[in-house]
Amino acid sequence: MNTLIFRTVAPYLSALMLLFSVFVLLRGHNEPGGGFIGGLIAVSAFAIYGIACGVSAVRRAMKYHPMSIAASGLLLAVLSVMPSIFLGQSAMTSQWLAVPFLGTVIDLSTPLFFDIGVYLVVVGAISSIALSLEERAD
Amino acid sequence: MPLFGVEATFWALLSPFVAAALSPILAKTLKHNASWILAVIPALAFLQFLSFVPGIAEGQTFKASLEWVPTFNVNFSIYLDGLSVLFALLISGIGTLIVLYAGGYLKNHENFGQFLSFLFLFMGAMLGVVVADNIITLFVYWELTSITSFLLIGFDHLRRSSRRSAIQALVVTGGGGLALMAGLLLAGFAGGSFEMSELINSGDVLRESPYYTAIFILVLLGAFTKSAQFPFHFWLPNAMEAPTPVSAYLHSATMVKAGVYLLMRMHPVLGDTELWMTVLPIFGGLTLLVGTILGLRQTDLKLVLAYSTVASLGLLVMLTGTSDPIAIQGAVAYLFAHSLFKGSLFMVVGTVDHEAGTRDLNRVGGLFFAMPITAIAAVLSALSMAGILPLIGFVAKEVLYDGTWHIVNGGLWTAVAVLGNAMMFAMAATVAWKPFFGTKVKTPKQAHEGSILLIAGAVTLAVLGLLAGIFVASVGHQLLSPMTSAVLGIPFDEEMHLIPTYLSPALYLSMTTFALGILVFMYMDKLRALIADALRVIGWGPDKGFDQTLDLIIRFGTTLTQAIQTGSMVTYMRATFSVIALMLFIPMILTGNWPVLEGLGSLYAYEWFITAIVVIGVYAVLTARYRVTAIVLLGIQGFAVALIYLLFGAPDLSFTQFMVETLSVVILALVMTRLNLKPTDARSLRGKVFDISLSVLCGAGISMLLMSVVQLPFDATLSEFFTQYSRSVAHGRNIVNVILVDFRGFDTIGEISVVMVTGLAVLALIRVRPKSNGTSNTEKNR
Repeated sequence: MNTLIFRTVAPYLSALMLLFSVFVLLRGHNEPGGGFIGGLIAVSAFAIYGIACGVSAVRRAMKYHPMSIAASGLLLAVLSVMPSIFLGQSAMTSQWLAVPFLGTVIDLSTPLFFDIGVYLVVVGAISSIALSLEERAD
Repeated sequence: MPLFGVEATFWALLSPFVAAALSPILAKTLKHNASWILAVIPALAFLQFLSFVPGIAEGQTFKASLEWVPTFNVNFSIYLDGLSVLFALLISGIGTLIVLYAGGYLKNHENFGQFLSFLFLFMGAMLGVVVADNIITLFVYWELTSITSFLLIGFDHLRRSSRRSAIQALVVTGGGGLALMAGLLLAGFAGGSFEMSELINSGDVLRESPYYTAIFILVLLGAFTKSAQFPFHFWLPNAMEAPTPVSAYLHSATMVKAGVYLLMRMHPVLGDTELWMTVLPIFGGLTLLVGTILGLRQTDLKLVLAYSTVASLGLLVMLTGTSDPIAIQGAVAYLFAHSLFKGSLFMVVGTVDHEAGTRDLNRVGGLFFAMPITAIAAVLSALSMAGILPLIGFVAKEVLYDGTWHIVNGGLWTAVAVLGNAMMFAMAATVAWKPFFGTKVKTPKQAHEGSILLIAGAVTLAVLGLLAGIFVASVGHQLLSPMTSAVLGIPFDEEMHLIPTYLSPALYLSMTTFALGILVFMYMDKLRALIADALRVIGWGPDKGFDQTLDLIIRFGTTLTQAIQTGSMVTYMRATFSVIALMLFIPMILTGNWPVLEGLGSLYAYEWFITAIVVIGVYAVLTARYRVTAIVLLGIQGFAVALIYLLFGAPDLSFTQFMVETLSVVILALVMTRLNLKPTDARSLRGKVFDISLSVLCGAGISMLLMSVVQLPFDATLSEFFTQYSRSVAHGRNIVNVILVDFRGFDTIGEISVVMVTGLAVLALIRVRPKSNGTSNTEKNR
């Protein structure tokens, strides 16, 4: 897989895919997409980057251990369930907040953070598996 | 909760657990002196239980309850009557003394804090057993005593024999506990109440229930294992591996009596039947004789006491089994006396062991002048055990002889009791005489009197045995008769005398006992040799049987594992897919619900196109020469399915399918490169044919299942609900995503947790390197 073209293109391709994965994640509530799909796209991005440039490059790029990313995602998802408890509602009742931003309105909500948690868990867990397999294949 | 009155008992129940938590901290700073402070806690509990005595002597009972799991009828409720209060007094009172004794016995032991902690945990559990009213609560506490007993027997966990004994005790008593749980639940359902206080007042309901025999056997299994009845007696002598404070407390004065407690507790509803009055005396009598005979053989003082405890428990079960008021009064008095003298004697033996360095009969002697106070305590307690005037043991023996003598066909039981008591007389004489009197023997350590912590308990119990004998009339009225009433289920109050009022048969029986006992004591050495020979001839006992059973279970497990876990991936896959095929076809064959094949409709051109892709993909996979190629080609199927999703208006699903398919191809290919497989297929022709038929079966089964599902009328309730509320309630137009993160968010939490754990597990698996990178591993993974 060490063709010059692939190695040259792979970083850009991966970056684009990562950007796309975040886009898919954020539009998820109203258009096709969401944390799970977004996460899988991101994993593919990392996989391509890994095949082209080696696992250590991916690990450097990810900065944190994939399992730490997964764990923080799980934590975020669980935390996003909590706020309603403090508001006297049952757990997991979604909370919505409309924030005006540069002339438009952004809907912030607990399901959004929940979805980001799902995204991180998928990215972390699956890329952890893929990366360690690639590592041994060397 | 109030600090006084019935409700305060909850504090008394909680207090040992608090003490257990404090023990390690206090033991670290105060060393053995922590005992002085911690002993206050059970002493306070003792006072709390003592406050009920006047009321109970007048025939009152006390109840209190806290809600635990009200939906399942489980309450944290307590019931105090003569039976539970006397037991609670013994547990907390002797517990106080044992805590002090432990301070002396385990002085400077590095794990002293841990030991005290276990001891208090046990105390809390045992108190719970005897005062619990709800049978579930009772059972929980019952199991807790088994577990704490396990911890205490295995306290010296570096020794192999300790560990074996601990496991043996846990298996036997825990196994019995399981039977007991079934028995209690059955009794609860048959009797219509889960509260013991209501159950024991239900009259003949249980006796006339069709489940009576089942309840009887199950409860008996629980009681017999706990109270070391023949043939489950073997764990108790082995439990002497525990430090002596444990033997004195758990394995003589309290825990082993839990079985007797249970039998006595349930006597009003289970007792007084043909079955009860046959089975209990037989097993009790057998245990009494087996215990005394095996006990005579021992030269280890602690084992002598252990076997005599087995014998005493047998005597108690035998007496409870007669269902006769006087015999039961005898059992109650004997139980009380036994707790005092046996607890004391164990502490004496522990002190001798501690100070002289040995507890072997043949290596101690003439220690009276070295340890006079211990010797006096030993003599007093041994007199009580032998049943000699004026100690409480004498009264107990008189009453129980009186009981067995006058019941119908009581001759046999009386004979067994006299024989057993005679041998116990000899054992008592051995324990009190050999270490302290006679010729002086050089002991491993220069013996001298034990510290106050060591002797306080033994002396207190011995003196109490004497006082209880002298003031037996009031002890009988205040403590013993109320307990007998509770066991019988009807009021009972017969005056007890120390000095026999007339020349009763019981007195003659006592004389016979003494005469026999002296005879046994005189010919002790010959008898010991005789018993040893006899046992050598038999050569097998339940203790050995226990080992053999465990061995058998382990061997069975090994054989089964070897048969199922062959380590061959091919076998696992074939087994898994065969089961899937069976699961798919069996329901269709059994119900005859085959899918209807007509009316599938015609396909559009682009549907034909996708079908063609699938067919080409399958052909390519089957003809691929290399594994990696085949895996990549498998991806074609997945993409085709994703296309179908897209065409039928499920973009989310299709999207995910594309990604999953891509990633699985990548990951599968990576796994394949790791496995060192041959690049081509190495299966035999037969294997290939089998695998082909299996995959065709699975594929056909899944297709038919899907067809059947589609042919069912579509229930649109959920779809309509989600369509209606997705926008208005959850502010999202993408129903799939709204379901995932909002409507069914809890499921998603579970799913991502699974993903997370799977990631961790796979990571761990990949990191494990095979011990040898030889060919065997490659071969197995074929």
